[in-house]
Amino acid sequence: MIDVSFQLKGSALTVVVLALIDYNPKTLSAELKEKIDQAPHFFDNSPVLISLEKLENPEKCTALIKNAAPLVQICRSLNLQPLGFTSVPEVLLASVQATGLAVLSKPSERALKIPIQESAKTLEAVIEERVVIEERLVQRVSKVITRPVRSGQQIYAEGADLIVLAQVSEGAEVLADGHIHIYGSLRGRALAGVKGDVGARIFCQQFEAELVAIAGNFVLQEALPKELFKKPTQISLSGEKVIIEALANS
Amino acid sequence: MAKIIVVTSGKGGVGKTTTSAAISTGLAMRGHKTVVIDFDVGLRNLDLIMGCERRVVYDFVNVIKGESTLNQALIKDKRTEGLYILPASQTRDKDALVRDGVEKILNELAKDFEYIVCDSPAGIEQGALMALYFADIAIVVTNPEVSSVRDSDRILGILQSKSRRAEQSLEPIQEHLLLTRYNPIRVANGEMLSVSDVEDILAIPLLGVIPESEAVLKASNQGTPVILDAETQVGQAYNDAVDRLLGKDVAHRFLEEEKKSFFKRLLGGK
Ligand SMILES: Nc1ncnc2c1ncn2[C@@H]1O[C@H](COP(=O)(O)OP(=O)(O)OP(=O)(O)O)[C@@H](O)[C@H]1O
Ligand SMILES: [Mg+2]
Repeated sequence: MIDVSFQLKGSALTVVVLALIDYNPKTLSAELKEKIDQAPHFFDNSPVLISLEKLENPEKCTALIKNAAPLVQICRSLNLQPLGFTSVPEVLLASVQATGLAVLSKPSERALKIPIQESAKTLEAVIEERVVIEERLVQRVSKVITRPVRSGQQIYAEGADLIVLAQVSEGAEVLADGHIHIYGSLRGRALAGVKGDVGARIFCQQFEAELVAIAGNFVLQEALPKELFKKPTQISLSGEKVIIEALANS
Repeated sequence: MAKIIVVTSGKGGVGKTTTSAAISTGLAMRGHKTVVIDFDVGLRNLDLIMGCERRVVYDFVNVIKGESTLNQALIKDKRTEGLYILPASQTRDKDALVRDGVEKILNELAKDFEYIVCDSPAGIEQGALMALYFADIAIVVTNPEVSSVRDSDRILGILQSKSRRAEQSLEPIQEHLLLTRYNPIRVANGEMLSVSDVEDILAIPLLGVIPESEAVLKASNQGTPVILDAETQVGQAYNDAVDRLLGKDVAHRFLEEEKKSFFKRLLGGK
């Protein structure tokens, strides 16, 4: 027979941290929305931890001292799921607690010890929960494009790889923070590792590019090796040199 | 359900209006009730090519602004049964083509017609965007030269991103390539791109290849859609294209330089 109706487990969880620097309920919503619109899928229903560590002059934040509920409401109205607060200054503790959300200790004092009651001491159960907090999500699913990327269009896979199952026309531009795979002709521009990932690569089935770049190191059409024209090709970076070579077994 | 066809290109002067007149006439000739709309506000070319310029009283913009009814503005074609023309106005401001107004007229026409052919102006401004916005089918008119092909590629990108079907994530617009003003001799000399070059760059199905011919200018001077000149190559090529549009499997022709017969060459004839 099982004599407990639950299990207690430690777990790590990745959340977005909203670090407030200044609190103005009138403008915050619009500013936050602008940020979210840059990557709507990423933020949709995303759990959020509100950090007040960087809040300037908390004692002057009268709006927040009086009532922290509107802040939570702003997050919810933008489809975020506020989990709780962290690094809450003394003056704000009362209003933050009144929201009913969790108040977590500072990330530096991460270990959360569950107090053990005198009578249950024999269990000796000390459970540690670690909350891993990252300011920015690193891992995301690849972006897949199934139709040709035409002249004048630009596709950017932010924080991810880009996979194009068609051609990239002359005058079109594809960018990714990670790798770029093109299962068709690359006639336009391809820029991989645009946030500086020197390990990013570009792969394409037919190489006719106008420009290729890895982590900001680019090669223009004139300088591209003629013998690889229309061939399956991969592009990588070695030091600061862009290496353009035939894909193996082609 | 009425099908909305946009005849578009990006680049100007490639043969959109010639094609709109030919395709709409061809559809009506095959028994499909068709209306062709001139979206080129300010230029007004379609009615000249259709030979009905003297019968224009009200136009597309009048109807949008509620200054006339649709029936007052529609012109019944005299030659082809089941064909109507909605002309563009010559003078009004280009921003008169507002989306709601266009949509209302298209909905009204859809009750009566099987095909609605929209003759797009050149460029990617308001008029061109309105002509393609509601389309189900696009005929991308392209000349075999680099700048025209590049503009067609750009228009294909706009069809994919700025049309109603794209915005509402519906099934994408059916795309067709119509290569016009094709001159096999100049292709052989390397002065023009070949059919396969263009197909390779644009990667959409080929609806037809219309040869370059003086017959087009002659027909438009007479105000007769060139598709009615059934003995000319251009007329035949447009007829083939209409058949393909309706799903028939027709072999492409007029792609190669015509071999002049020995006698004709002797006599110096064409
Ligand atoms: N197949 C052809 N052979 C020869 N001339 C042609 C052909 N098709 C079109 N033309 C000529 O090209 C010119 C432009 O044609 P048309 O008006 O149909 O183009 P358009 O794309 O509608 O132009 P715009 O962009 O100005 O609306 C006309 O003088 C027409 O006679
Ligand atoms: Mg025209």
